[in-house]
Amino acid sequence: MTATTGTQAQGRTTTGAPPPGRRRSNPSVGHFVGTVLKAVLCAVMLGFFALPLLWLATAPFDAAPSLSVSWPQWTLANFRTMVENPYALGSLVNSVLLSLGVVVLVLTLGSIASYALSRVVIPGRDALLYALLLLSSIVTGTAAMVPTFQLMNQLRLIDSQVGVILVMAAGVMPTVIFILKDFMDTVPKSYEESARLAGAGPLRILWDVVVPIARPGLATIAVWSVVQVWGNFLVPYILLRSPDKQPAAVVMYTFYTEGGQPNLALISTFSLLFSVPVVAMYFFVNRKFGFRFHGGIKS
Amino acid sequence: MSRPTDAAGALPAVVTGGVRRGSARHSDVAGLGRARAGAFVAPALALVGLFLVFPALWTAYLGMTDYRLTGLSAQAPNFVGLDNYTDTLTDPAFHASLRLTLVFVLLSGVLGQSLLGFAAAWVLRTTNRAVKSAIEFLVLLAWIIPSSVVSFLWIALLDRGDGTLNAMLGTEGMSWLTQYPMTSIIVFNIWVGTAFSMLLFSSALASVPPSQLESARMVGASTWQQLRDVVLPHIRGHILTNTLLITLWTFNTFTPYLLTAGGPNHESEILPVYIYKVAITGGRLGVGAAISLIMLLINLVIATVYLRVLRERK
Repeated sequence: MTATTGTQAQGRTTTGAPPPGRRRSNPSVGHFVGTVLKAVLCAVMLGFFALPLLWLATAPFDAAPSLSVSWPQWTLANFRTMVENPYALGSLVNSVLLSLGVVVLVLTLGSIASYALSRVVIPGRDALLYALLLLSSIVTGTAAMVPTFQLMNQLRLIDSQVGVILVMAAGVMPTVIFILKDFMDTVPKSYEESARLAGAGPLRILWDVVVPIARPGLATIAVWSVVQVWGNFLVPYILLRSPDKQPAAVVMYTFYTEGGQPNLALISTFSLLFSVPVVAMYFFVNRKFGFRFHGGIKS
Repeated sequence: MSRPTDAAGALPAVVTGGVRRGSARHSDVAGLGRARAGAFVAPALALVGLFLVFPALWTAYLGMTDYRLTGLSAQAPNFVGLDNYTDTLTDPAFHASLRLTLVFVLLSGVLGQSLLGFAAAWVLRTTNRAVKSAIEFLVLLAWIIPSSVVSFLWIALLDRGDGTLNAMLGTEGMSWLTQYPMTSIIVFNIWVGTAFSMLLFSSALASVPPSQLESARMVGASTWQQLRDVVLPHIRGHILTNTLLITLWTFNTFTPYLLTAGGPNHESEILPVYIYKVAITGGRLGVGAAISLIMLLINLVIATVYLRVLRERK
């Protein structure tokens, strides 16, 4: 960093020097100021974004974790504390269950629907797609929390993981259909024609021909849905009552010691274990399909 | 992320107008036929209809009752007409919350995330690779790590007793979250959400022809002039998209609740937290529904503007 700054500034002064008047000297001074500003901005950003994350890197491995960041006395004992906690691993299992439930539901129903929408012009199709897009952005978990809670109450689906899956699946479905339809549009039709000539029905064609070709799209949308569900706090927080059904996002906030203090050994290790899957998944998919510039992976 | 990671994922930024396209090529090669196609679409629509559309529409009715979580009106709610709406719209607590939300969206979303995201994208273009990927990695981590975890990281950072910030600044015993609750959640939200703007603007900047920047530099244009005269006209559309999406997400985020729970004394009670407290904690479902509807309408306005803009750009 310093090396580049030095050479650039130097290179500029040699071309611009000696500065006879104010107008001449301005660009090089400006450039120098610019380079310094740039370095300062980079340093500030590094500090700003790293500072809160440091705790996650040190506390889980510290024999006596506190809230402040310090060089840890290395130990893995905290992980044992976590494994022994009655709710920690169970809640991660719950998170997996919820994510899987939503992904399976959304991918099956979503791909069937988006395939049909891609291949057949149903009256009002474009309006429907437009409405779905609008819906996905205005009916958010926060804006619709009261009626959703109320509805689940009436359906006796409070404290049911199925209820949570249904609500979250409905929440991501519009986006899923919308994006999947775009992928389905790009699948070449000639394959389907030959499959049809060979006597395959529409579902068979979808499963054997279209799905394998649209796999990158399906993977992208699956990961996107998992990320949405994995980190979701509000929906399970409102709809689930029993601690043994709660996913990791909610259970994290129940880890207190008998003294009423947050149990840091537990929270820190748990946070790490809870974060790793989504982070790994994000970078894996990003490397494989490179869709990060779309920015759609996390709302 | 969310931000903004609330149930209904937000508007996909990926979308580039499947609505507009498509009608040109619709050969029904699989031999679906309209009836069967309808049957294919129906299950997904049923799910969306029951758990997304119905609750949204039902809000309007619920908002006209005195529905409560417990007690007499939980059994037999009375119809109270527009009382909840007039009460809400004249309630100083609602006004206060709306004002806080406005400040929150403006400072943390529209200004904070957009400006920092743009600055990062602009500076990182010409930074050396190691620094660039380090910064990008950290900014992305802040965005990807689940909101429950990042909230706790900030609670640890800002803790009164032995938070890292106090240790660094030597401000022992300073309780940031109760002394400066709004500032805290604003900075927090900038930290969480800048990644999106950074990604969007770096791909936007990549679309600016280097030759134009080069010739601007040749004639001695300052960085500011280059930004204004060369870059800005190219990325105007991206700026709009970014601003509208960020507005929508910041407006709907519930995560600050995990930091301050709206407190102390309602000082950081942005609208989503306010609804939660009125309806779920306070048990006044009817009033909560009325506020929800107001929130849905605001979302509708923002989203409509966004879709308008998106259409005009094509």
